[in-house]
Amino acid sequence: MSNRRFSNWAFYVPYGLWIGLFVIAPVALIIYQSFLNLDHHFSLENYATFFKSSTYLMMTVNSVWWAFLITIFTLLISYPTAYFIHQLKHAQLWLLLVIMPTWINILLKAYAFIGIFSQSGIINQFLGLFGIGPEQFLFTNASFLFVATYIQIPFMILPIYNALDDLNPSFINASRDLGATNWQTFSKVTWPLTLPGVKAGIQSVFIPSLSLFMLTRLIGGNKVITLGTAIEEHFLTTMNWGMGSTIGVILIIAMVIIMILTGDRKSSEGRLTR
Amino acid sequence: MVEPIVSLKNVHKRYGDAEVLKGITIDLEQGKFYTLLGPSGCGKTTILRIIAGFSDATEGDVYFNGDRINDLPANKRKVNTVFQDYALFPHMNVHDNVAYGLNLQKTAKNEIDDRVQQALTSVRLADYGNREISELSGGQKQRVAIARAIVMQPKMLLLDEPLSALDAKLRRDMQYELRDLQERLGITFLFVTHDQEEALAMSDEIFVMNVGQVLQSGSPVDIYDEPINHFVADFIGESNILTGKMIRDYEVEFVGKRFECADGGMAPNEPVEVVLRPEDLDITTVDDGKLTVTIDSQLFRGDYYEIIAYDGDHNEWLIHSTNPATDGETVGLTFEPYDIHVMRLHESEAEFDARIETYTEETPEDEGAASHE
Repeated sequence: MSNRRFSNWAFYVPYGLWIGLFVIAPVALIIYQSFLNLDHHFSLENYATFFKSSTYLMMTVNSVWWAFLITIFTLLISYPTAYFIHQLKHAQLWLLLVIMPTWINILLKAYAFIGIFSQSGIINQFLGLFGIGPEQFLFTNASFLFVATYIQIPFMILPIYNALDDLNPSFINASRDLGATNWQTFSKVTWPLTLPGVKAGIQSVFIPSLSLFMLTRLIGGNKVITLGTAIEEHFLTTMNWGMGSTIGVILIIAMVIIMILTGDRKSSEGRLTR
Repeated sequence: MVEPIVSLKNVHKRYGDAEVLKGITIDLEQGKFYTLLGPSGCGKTTILRIIAGFSDATEGDVYFNGDRINDLPANKRKVNTVFQDYALFPHMNVHDNVAYGLNLQKTAKNEIDDRVQQALTSVRLADYGNREISELSGGQKQRVAIARAIVMQPKMLLLDEPLSALDAKLRRDMQYELRDLQERLGITFLFVTHDQEEALAMSDEIFVMNVGQVLQSGSPVDIYDEPINHFVADFIGESNILTGKMIRDYEVEFVGKRFECADGGMAPNEPVEVVLRPEDLDITTVDDGKLTVTIDSQLFRGDYYEIIAYDGDHNEWLIHSTNPATDGETVGLTFEPYDIHVMRLHESEAEFDARIETYTEETPEDEGAASHE
């Protein structure tokens, strides 16, 4: 009896260790450090600095604004793409092609875009044929937005595609049967019933977009400075780990807010599709 | 002849090389309860989908009130469907589900409320408007699906195996309710099922289908009493099917004996199949019996005993009897001449009807009436 109870308990050990070491401990450390000032004394100094400084607040607004833009553009591209891929005959193959870029390291992709956008890059070479340019593409806000959107698209397409796949085709037929046009069927049935997939997509795009830092430097030319860049600077350049952690905590709080806002409150009912 | 509300003329449906429908021609009249009956994969649901507009005919024409509607999209057709899985929108409550089609038509708010309430009342769910779909039982979902379709006042209601997900008791209740609803509303029902009992109980007319063809159509009684071939006889109800030989009109030979029967119009000594329904066989003494069989086993089915017996030639006989038999006992089986139904091999429905015409006129009234009007 006690033996069995022990073995049951033992099953939880790996998961407990994992969560303890890789989830709880890092978050606890970040929170702990965020209360240490430069002299390693316990204080609220970092938080005070953050909320008093217009630079940090602007940076926060900036991060949210850019993450918002990236999410919107990603959604605008991903929903129709997922919708059309889902109608295609070899949907799984097309989906694989969409996912494939995620197998390539983000830095490699960033460098590839430098090759495309730079003064001597492919686009400028092409424009040169018509006697235009060279134009400045790299290190502009537009190029940052473009590349960030490109990188996030697969993470938005996948959950939307799955939501569309889960949608019972009878619902579409039922809507058409009751006299709805294609557009009415989409807006009254397909969209509301795939909203959980859209929300999941927003979560998996918006949250990482808040803390993008490599792209801001390599593609955005540090013109866009987000909280991610600030954290990197504090940890690697100014060595102010306390301040870096404080910004980290702010980001975690922002993420929690997003999760709550996009959370599926009636998840038990929304899931009932079949 | 009443103008049919929906007609299919030589409709074919192919998916690549697979031909799902092989030339379906049916006429459906206003106000009747029709059933497409067949095993799964026979194409019955495809017919429904073609009439509803979810699928199109590869070949052939679909007419609605005399107009060809092959190219009319589903949302413009005056037919509504009750889906097998109900397809109730999970993000709307009962009222909004039923009001869905009316809202699209921009019907006035109070008219919508009235009609929704009326439709819900007719399926006995008057107080369920505010319920969420997830709070409903299977039978209730079924009724909401019906209410959502009839609120549109369609000329024709298509029902795709709507009772298949319900338990036996509820199914029987819903059969009565559906039949009653159809009679009250006076709209044409086209009901798809693989359950022959359901089809026999509810329909004005049944189309028996197999592998993309309508094998036989007619009233439940006609189809049960006069199946045209082995498949129909076997699929509708239970039967003892034996090979035999038509000696001459009104005399047939099977299991090595000759019997008087009520069929005719065939060539002398033509090979045939003979159907004897298990409920038409009566157990009697060996001396009184037309056949002698030995009881092998029996099952109590509640309202009858299902008895399996073998004759001297090892033919299996299925008998339904209200009284139990004794296993191993040798008994006689008796039946009346009109209990024997003779089927020609490879006879089409048109040929069957034509043959019936030729000999029913000369048949004495009492014999002919039992088999065919």
